[in-house]
Amino acid sequence: MKKEDNRSNRRKFIANTLKMGTVLAAGSGSALASNLSKKEDKEKIKVLTTDGRVIEVDKPDDCKIYPCEPPKPEEAREGIPGRSFVYVVDLSKCANARKCIEGCQKGHNLAPDMEWMKVYLMKDNPEGSPYWFPRMCLHCDNPPCVKVCPVGATYKRQDNLVLIDNERCIGCKFCVAACPYSVRVFNWEKPPATDVPAEEYSPETSVPAQIGTVSKCDFCADLARTGTLPYCVRSCPMGALYFGDQNEDAVSNGTETRRFKELIRERSGYRYLEELGTRPNTYYLPPVDRMFDYRDGLKNIPEEKQKIYDDIINGDDQTYMQ
Amino acid sequence: MKTDNVNTDNVRTDSVHTDNVDLENVPADKDNTDLIKKFVPSIERPSRQWYAWVTVLSAIVLFGIYALVRQIIDGQIITGMRDNAVWGIYTANFVFFMGLSYAGALISCTFQLLRIQWGKPLLRIAELITVSSLIVGAPFILFCLGRLDRIHYLFTFGRIQSPITWDVIAITTDLVFCIAFLYFTHIRDFAKLRDIPDLKVAPWRKKMYRILALDYKGTPLQKKYLHQAHDIMAAIIIPTAIIAYSLLSWLFGMSLRPGWHSTIFGPYFVITATYSGLALMIVIMWIYRKMQKLEDQITNLHFNYLAFGLVLMALFYGYFSFSEYITEWYNLTETSAILLAKFFDFSQYAWLAFIHILLAIVLPVIVIGLPWFRSINSVTIISALVVIGLWIKRYLIVVPTLETPFIPIQDIREDWVTYSPSWVELALTFAGIALMILIFVIASKIAPIIPVAEVEDKHDASKPILKFKTQGA
Repeated sequence: MKKEDNRSNRRKFIANTLKMGTVLAAGSGSALASNLSKKEDKEKIKVLTTDGRVIEVDKPDDCKIYPCEPPKPEEAREGIPGRSFVYVVDLSKCANARKCIEGCQKGHNLAPDMEWMKVYLMKDNPEGSPYWFPRMCLHCDNPPCVKVCPVGATYKRQDNLVLIDNERCIGCKFCVAACPYSVRVFNWEKPPATDVPAEEYSPETSVPAQIGTVSKCDFCADLARTGTLPYCVRSCPMGALYFGDQNEDAVSNGTETRRFKELIRERSGYRYLEELGTRPNTYYLPPVDRMFDYRDGLKNIPEEKQKIYDDIINGDDQTYMQ
Repeated sequence: MKTDNVNTDNVRTDSVHTDNVDLENVPADKDNTDLIKKFVPSIERPSRQWYAWVTVLSAIVLFGIYALVRQIIDGQIITGMRDNAVWGIYTANFVFFMGLSYAGALISCTFQLLRIQWGKPLLRIAELITVSSLIVGAPFILFCLGRLDRIHYLFTFGRIQSPITWDVIAITTDLVFCIAFLYFTHIRDFAKLRDIPDLKVAPWRKKMYRILALDYKGTPLQKKYLHQAHDIMAAIIIPTAIIAYSLLSWLFGMSLRPGWHSTIFGPYFVITATYSGLALMIVIMWIYRKMQKLEDQITNLHFNYLAFGLVLMALFYGYFSFSEYITEWYNLTETSAILLAKFFDFSQYAWLAFIHILLAIVLPVIVIGLPWFRSINSVTIISALVVIGLWIKRYLIVVPTLETPFIPIQDIREDWVTYSPSWVELALTFAGIALMILIFVIASKIAPIIPVAEVEDKHDASKPILKFKTQGA
């Protein structure tokens, strides 16, 4: 009985394989045929394969990879399929040039008082060396802010981003209180005027802002959709900020592109306040082998704010440059 | 036992009013319509003083409304709240008023359920505190909203994961139950007022009493049903109130922040709430006793018993506060250390923290706990101070924690670092207090402040609490 079964199974398997083969052959044949017929009007681009050969392939349809039209509201809630955005900050390169802040404020039309991007002067222990610590939204995988939102105005997308829909936000500020990274800011007064009409608002652009709602760093989701780096990354003169995609395993600061996993392993990348269990998608590379003295960054702080840093700087006369 | 002896001594020596009170004999022996007559004049003709009160209080409330309108038009930039201290005294007020509502929820419902006869004259004051503080308190969380125009989103887009949604559900439920209970305990008094033939009030008010009395005639069946309704509401309200206040505490407890992230917060808030409700209750009893000459109804013994309760609550509260801070302090984590240091720094919160401990823990225990200073007046003054102390506590829960985030505050305008309330917030706070008093002032013109029918009904005492299958068990 059992033998019989096995034999008939084998027979079925062979038959099925043959059928499948035929279908596949036919499929590829027709695919090839359609490729051949389109050959004339398709633009070609050269790409490098993993084994080092240069091959020529059809130029992909732009709108297929990066949509040519702004996303629909549902799409802005869902996220970009197949993406897993990640941010890496190389603390050894940050010199508090504050260009990321300026770039961000300009790009998102923020008031001068409102900073989505902040740069803190940190010192981990009494003997530790102070270092500049850029902080954007960490886009947690277990975001405390999203949990507490009573109306779903802030939400987590499949591409890792945590965004705010300011047309839904009721301004309860519970998310601001819940965020352990002090990322979120509130539009206390009327935001500065912008040319962008209100109808063009999308949670991905976050412009125009609305009074009485919460806003924060959005990893420039609209730029990410078009394959462009965020404003902060593009503005950083030190190349300290990297943005990329975990699925592609690549992050870029605009001038160099690194393998994300390799970078994190090689440089002992960590996530800020890992112990809170928020599982951020932003990684920090420790400030070792510095390229700048942290004191260089102090000159970019206005005179009246300097005294905030006294506690950290006092008694520190070493240089941490390599 | 010992405390009891001391207390009775005190009652005897206290000269404010009367006799060794024997509550069993106070009002019920008199003619059934006697007690209500005492209140009829004040219900019929409001005094000039009453109009003055209503005018002043309404003016304060109106100014609060003006402040609110300004806040809606100009945005929250005109409040003291900023990106770190995103909540301020609005939230403190919210927690504070919600806490006061415990007086009625726990005191009057426990009296009802446990058939405590001496407490009956206090029932209405307790329930009025509950309803008025809920009505005043709930809007304070709404003043925190940046977009009041989108308030309906709480229902149309509501998410059950959010502690705010829990609060919305719990507080509205609590409010509905408490208003129902307040009304049920009014029915018999409305019937009494309806049955006074020569009550000199406007016809619409007579009509109102007739409708609100629901054709209550005091038949045995009506009595039975009404009593059952009281019991059921009391049994529902106690757990509802505990749940509502625990959920309120989790508005903070569910956060990761040091100073909020604490497992003790649920019970701690419930204890604090009961404590503040009891303290306010004593103050309001004292005021009504003075104003309406109710020494026969609100007796020295009432103050005596509630003062004992107040000391007990003060000790409980002290114990909870100690547990809360000792566990934070013992193994100081970095952020907790910064937070706790603020409570000992006189340029920060040390003054408020010490005043709070003095008012809410030390003074009640010394002045009421020890025999030398006890009197009805001192108990009342201490109660008023406790209410203030517990407001300060709510402020100390909300603001210093928000000013102590995990990432040190650096990169921000200097005047945005610390919180202090603006005129708008103060105006709305005083408007809240005024509105609460206004509700009392108006409510005591609608029906007597003492639940007359309840007090006169001597049958309740013999009613069982639980129904047993076997007769006479």
